[in-house]
Amino acid sequence: MHAKIHVRTTINGDPVEFLCEPRQSLLECLRDILGLTGAKEGCNDGNCGACTVILDGRIVNSCLVLGVEAEGRQITTIEGIARGAGLHPLQRAFIENAALQCGFCTPGLILAAKVLLDQEPDPSEERIRQWLANNLCRCTGYDKIVRAIRQAAETAGVQA
Amino acid sequence: MKRRDYAVVGTRPLRHDAADKVTGRALFGADVRLAGLLDGFIVRSPHAHARILRIDTRRAAAFPGVKAVVTAADFPQGPDRLVDLGDGPVPLSYVRGNILAGGKALYKGHAIAAVAAVSRHVAEEAAGLIEVDYEVLPCVLTAPDAMRDDAPVLLEDLKTNELGQQSDRVSNVALHFRHVLGDIEQGFAAAAVIVEREFNTASVHQGYIEPQTATALWNADGRVHIWCSTQGAFAVRDATACILEIPVSQVKVTPMEVGGGFGGKLAVYLEPVAALLSKKTGQPVKMVMSRQEVFEGTGPTPGSHIKVKMGASKDGRLTAAQACLAYEAGAYPGSMVFFGAMCVFSAYDLANVVIDGYDVVVNKPSTAAYRAPGTTNAAFAVETVVDEIAEKLGIDPIDFRLKNAAKEGTRRADGPKFRRIGCIEVLEAMKSHPHYTAPLGGPNRGRGVAIGFWFNIGFPSSCTISVNADGTVNLVEGSVDLAGTRTSVAMQAAEVLGIPAEDVLPTVADTDSIGYTAMTGGSRTTFATGWAAYEAAQDVLRQMKERAAMLWETEAASVKIKGGVFRARGRAMTFKELAARLAETGGPVMGRATVDPQGVGGSFAGCIVDVEVDPETGRVSIVRFTSVQDAGKAIHPSYVEGQMQGGSVQGIGWALNEEYFMSRQGAMLNASLLDYRMPTSLDVPMIDTVIVEVPNPGHPFGVRGVGEANIIPPPAAVANAIYRAVGVRLRRLPMNPPAVMEAIWRRRG
Repeated sequence: MHAKIHVRTTINGDPVEFLCEPRQSLLECLRDILGLTGAKEGCNDGNCGACTVILDGRIVNSCLVLGVEAEGRQITTIEGIARGAGLHPLQRAFIENAALQCGFCTPGLILAAKVLLDQEPDPSEERIRQWLANNLCRCTGYDKIVRAIRQAAETAGVQA
Repeated sequence: MKRRDYAVVGTRPLRHDAADKVTGRALFGADVRLAGLLDGFIVRSPHAHARILRIDTRRAAAFPGVKAVVTAADFPQGPDRLVDLGDGPVPLSYVRGNILAGGKALYKGHAIAAVAAVSRHVAEEAAGLIEVDYEVLPCVLTAPDAMRDDAPVLLEDLKTNELGQQSDRVSNVALHFRHVLGDIEQGFAAAAVIVEREFNTASVHQGYIEPQTATALWNADGRVHIWCSTQGAFAVRDATACILEIPVSQVKVTPMEVGGGFGGKLAVYLEPVAALLSKKTGQPVKMVMSRQEVFEGTGPTPGSHIKVKMGASKDGRLTAAQACLAYEAGAYPGSMVFFGAMCVFSAYDLANVVIDGYDVVVNKPSTAAYRAPGTTNAAFAVETVVDEIAEKLGIDPIDFRLKNAAKEGTRRADGPKFRRIGCIEVLEAMKSHPHYTAPLGGPNRGRGVAIGFWFNIGFPSSCTISVNADGTVNLVEGSVDLAGTRTSVAMQAAEVLGIPAEDVLPTVADTDSIGYTAMTGGSRTTFATGWAAYEAAQDVLRQMKERAAMLWETEAASVKIKGGVFRARGRAMTFKELAARLAETGGPVMGRATVDPQGVGGSFAGCIVDVEVDPETGRVSIVRFTSVQDAGKAIHPSYVEGQMQGGSVQGIGWALNEEYFMSRQGAMLNASLLDYRMPTSLDVPMIDTVIVEVPNPGHPFGVRGVGEANIIPPPAAVANAIYRAVGVRLRRLPMNPPAVMEAIWRRRG
């Protein structure tokens, strides 16, 4: 057993404190300590993207970030992107486009897509495919995922 | 149901579990949290073939935080016997042996022992303290090598079943069977063109993103409760009970959401081990595989060595077809070669056929089903040979297939005669698709086609439907939902009841709460569980008619129902209105049904693919892809398209990149998702889909099941496209850049 470290961070807009071992990844801290199990473990070595979260506005594989690195940072997880009772436009677009089958990669894909649309409101199909290349999906063949993200972009464009 | 103007079937409602899946609330296997939960960790063999001389667990057991250690010695000990867990009788020792090795480790990654501790890290540290002495043995990694007389023998009690006779010789060949139709000699004698080729295909993994996981609590009352990620809750219940020698009633399995399966989550790996650890500790134990464990310890689908010889007359009729399929079963018998033999030539109407199948054990992980198991690699061989014959005869490859397509009445070499099938309709849809005649749009590009057949399965399903006072119904089913089947099943109930799909609230239940239901696999769930939902809904209607009759003081037989409205004696009531009056007419209404359907309808799929080959690097890019499949009836077209697109991209991965890359010592050298390269979003284009609907006469809505056939054509179609792009025919999978370059260099001389 190792001495635990006290971490103060912000998750989904709320101040959060937790104790973790130095060896624990952010993914473990989110899932096992904080109960935020929306981030998934698919490989634990940064190659599948199922654990994607947003750290200070950038997407990261939370399995490759240590829990202690969360100190003083801003983290957004899948549990935090819908505001109030409604869904985020990307969440709606994934549902409407049948862009998920098993749903295991879905949280990571939605978070990755959110950062893309935050930075580039009108990405091309090619740009979307390039951006998502670190998020593996084995069920859908990506077609409906790409369409969902395009739809979310277009809907946001109309509303803007 | 005769009418074809359905209200719900064929529409695209939002799936019932959507909100949970997009918000992170859906609970998958690893998301289980219980009071007092321990974490398990498995020690695995570093050798592909070794005798286990000694296992010393004492240091691990004494490590702070460790609660229990188990090995194969903790299984109930007794004489070996044959057990049937759904794939025919197999020795119990083989089933157990794959879960925790007994006398020998048969592949690198074979589980040897397991530790339960207060955390995953502690369990992993302690596992490193388990000492295992091995006598390393020579290993054998391919079917042709394992079939040699001087090959190292894996299972010392395995004797070949040779054409139905049990031989006395110990061998790595578990089974040799043969299907014969007509007179093969005569068939080849009548041929003007004969093509005979050999093929090798690598082992590939199902590649689900969620690793296997299981949590077990062996309770003080003797009951074992398991939470896991599986394609079949009842299959896990039955296998666990069998392995641990306890009655099935003592095991309750709660299926969690499943992060992909594709056939790889039918077998048990962790459940019995977690149960043994829980029994020793009195606490619940959770086990989660790492990605490396998934690759090294769970079933890939077989690598294979295939020979195909086919002949055709000048006018383009196939006169004879012969195949020899030798499949790698992995460490224990059961390679899916039997399925491969059922499908290898079944897209064609053939008079003279011989198919030989060999099930061969090798020092690789015990194989598992993968989407149309055993068939994609067989079709790679047959569909490239067919392409070659069509070319030699100067006939368009789709026209050639149309001339020879299987149809109603065609006898398959493995016995069955086809009922109404959609092979011709699939080919016609391919031929008339704009993709087939579109310009290729650049140099080094080529277009290929291929088709495939998968038989689909029936098997039992159960369903209950209870009516709520607000006119909605709760549907309980035993089929785990891997891809939206809650909705495709609920829609069939909604169609019968005359209510919207949204008013059917589906729940996937644990094994204590619903009747026996076979696994989600074999493209069966929308077909068979959908049928159970159809029957349960009919049962509800029968009871509701009685209630209407009671209210209207008439006979139930005089109450008619159409479109969700009950009518008799000039009065009418909607389903919703009647549902509100159940309390005053005798209380709740609950329908139930169990089915074991026999009217399974096979599914045909085809694809058109354009590739671009870089002649300097051998890299193949998929430029355009169209998938065509006969769904019988598409209950929810979006999720049918999703199956077609997903299966197509898996087929592309199988064609171009994926393989177990093995060292000579039997170590998988690419056991990560970086090096085992599955298609990313950047590797594939949009996947166009064409749903063909030739209704299955054996299902109330005509459903055939669409989960599998779509993966079969892509590798062959890609090979045919590569040939048209750069003039080389590839006969191994994967067709990765080194393989393509080698072929190009060989052609250049």
